[in-house]
Amino acid sequence: MLIYVARRLALALVTCAAISLLTFIIIRLPPGDFVDAYIANLAVGGSSVSAEQADAMRREYGLDKPVAVQYALWMGRVIVGDFGVSMMWKRPVTEVIGDRLWLTMAVSISALFLTWTIALPIGIYSAARQYSIGDYVATTLGFIGLAVPNFLLALILMYLGFRYLGLSVGGLFSPDMAQAPWSWAKFRDLMVHLPLPASVLALAGTAQLIRIMRANLLDELRKPYVVTARAKGIGETRVLVKYPVRAALNPFVSSSAYLFPYLVSGSIIVSLVLGLPTVGPLLLQALVAQDMFLAGTIVLLLGILTVIGTLLSDLLLMWVEPRIRLQGRA
Amino acid sequence: MSIATSSEERFAQASQLQLTWWRFCRHRLAVISLAVVAFFYLVVIFADFLAIADPHAVDARRSFIPPQGFALFDSGAWSPHVSGLKGVRDPRTFKLTYTPDPARKLPVKFFVRGYSYNLFGVIPTDRHLFGIEGGQPVDGVFLLGTDQLGRDLFSRLIVATRISLSIGLAGVTLSLMLGILLGGISGLYGGAIDTLIQRLIEVVRSIPTIPLWMGLAAALPNTWSVTQVYFAITLIISLVSWTELARVVRGRFLALREEDFVIAAELAGASQMRIILRHMLPSFASHVIAAVSLALPVMIVSETSLSFLGLGLRPPAISWGILLQDAQNVQVLAGAPWLLCAAVPVIIVILAFNFLGDGLRDAADPYG
Repeated sequence: MLIYVARRLALALVTCAAISLLTFIIIRLPPGDFVDAYIANLAVGGSSVSAEQADAMRREYGLDKPVAVQYALWMGRVIVGDFGVSMMWKRPVTEVIGDRLWLTMAVSISALFLTWTIALPIGIYSAARQYSIGDYVATTLGFIGLAVPNFLLALILMYLGFRYLGLSVGGLFSPDMAQAPWSWAKFRDLMVHLPLPASVLALAGTAQLIRIMRANLLDELRKPYVVTARAKGIGETRVLVKYPVRAALNPFVSSSAYLFPYLVSGSIIVSLVLGLPTVGPLLLQALVAQDMFLAGTIVLLLGILTVIGTLLSDLLLMWVEPRIRLQGRA
Repeated sequence: MSIATSSEERFAQASQLQLTWWRFCRHRLAVISLAVVAFFYLVVIFADFLAIADPHAVDARRSFIPPQGFALFDSGAWSPHVSGLKGVRDPRTFKLTYTPDPARKLPVKFFVRGYSYNLFGVIPTDRHLFGIEGGQPVDGVFLLGTDQLGRDLFSRLIVATRISLSIGLAGVTLSLMLGILLGGISGLYGGAIDTLIQRLIEVVRSIPTIPLWMGLAAALPNTWSVTQVYFAITLIISLVSWTELARVVRGRFLALREEDFVIAAELAGASQMRIILRHMLPSFASHVIAAVSLALPVMIVSETSLSFLGLGLRPPAISWGILLQDAQNVQVLAGAPWLLCAAVPVIIVILAFNFLGDGLRDAADPYG
């Protein structure tokens, strides 16, 4: 078990390193650098920057050094928690991002728990009562979740809410709460607004997990030991829960492992549609403006938090599923 | 010896491909999905022929015309027609707006002349399946209405199908090549290389894809042409989604390596290339095809998402994502809900490919 945890930790570290490198590559990819973009922006406004000023800016941001040195400089600062200054907002990156990162995680984590709590019972139910009305309802829901990309779902919900209920569905806070400092009331306000985006995000994953759980449990239920258990006069619930559900849990658990990155990824685009104050809209703005420190920090932090989240969800599932614990020992 | 071939005998003599096909046909939904997918690719091939109006033709006068069905009968007689547009001045704002005028009937004809294009990319022609001839420049058949710039949504949707579906195919081809290469190496050689590639797959899979795509796509220079952006986006999408295909290929390689017939071929002195191509490939090709048809909808959604964000393909290219980008704003949608039409083919195609993939996967499994 310890070996398993150690392996997961090592892999998480490697992934973080890979993410940091990828982030840096992304930041470096656009032809020209931030200073070029900044100058172009000023030119639109009518003012111009002299070549000396441009060079001074490049030196200030370390853009004149070789790429490897820039990466090392950047990483060195990142590790001590200094993410640099957003060139677009002229403020420290951490200040610009503010609560947004945590709100992104709040949305994704609620979607994760929602997926688990919905998919598991429904999956068990539709396998145990195959071809019942409930099974068909779950299957239909599954197809919808499968076929409608979550940003489209958000768009359609928003249109329906606007058209028939006359309310704006978006946002994570009521208008008067958005700027307020954190308080118990603001937290409650968040809890009221969270279910909608979380459900939009959770639907696709839920649909997939229901299908997996149903298929695996159906396979298990056809096995002779279930007949034996029944023949011995064990109650129907006990027959179901004691062995088949546990056995069917393995594929469910292993496909859950990649659920979290998928949800974080989805939250970006859903946030843009629903106007959620997460990092999604900020990332888009930063990328369009080539604000390299801001965009890079968002991609990096998002990636690292995702890796941590995946690690935690893996450990949680390992606690539930004994077979994974044993695999580590082999 | 009896000559009559019973169904049992037919079954015994059938080739692997035939057996797979029979098993596939048992999956009703998958057969329907195959027809749907075939229909969509026919639309791709004949896109310009099916389009009614030039999808790029801008006309501010017919901005946001609601969808117009065409009437098939005129006072009891067969005569398909649409209404012409009439300019009405708003009594309060004095703004001239164009609305359908039922009094002015324009007959809909088949094989009419319209904007010129190259059929199959080579044959220059200007014939279209149907449309109207004559009439004022502002008139047209607006089956799904028009967008803000007065472009016919139906024609745009048809032409968008071409890019959205072909980018899916191109992306899948690329990730299939990557997947077969890396998955094959991983499954064939095993050991340290296998571990390395498996870890690489785990790393790629645990990175949230959309921020990564956004970053890569935003890095494409503005000066690139539509074709360059198209290929770059295809590359970006396939770079992230090859892992599932690699996993399938590796799994098949590992399973087949232990099979008796592969060992027999090895003992008979067949070269490794021959074993892979002649003995292993036929047994796992169907699995790969199934995996591909499950990967295609993922590609299509990826492109749609990126273009929807404004980071994917850029106008004047037309794809489903670009059409949906116009529908991003609730205020616009409230006035012109028909802009959401572009969501319908996306949903249908994703469903069809998923059912098709499920059917193929079941059919490919001889023990299913």
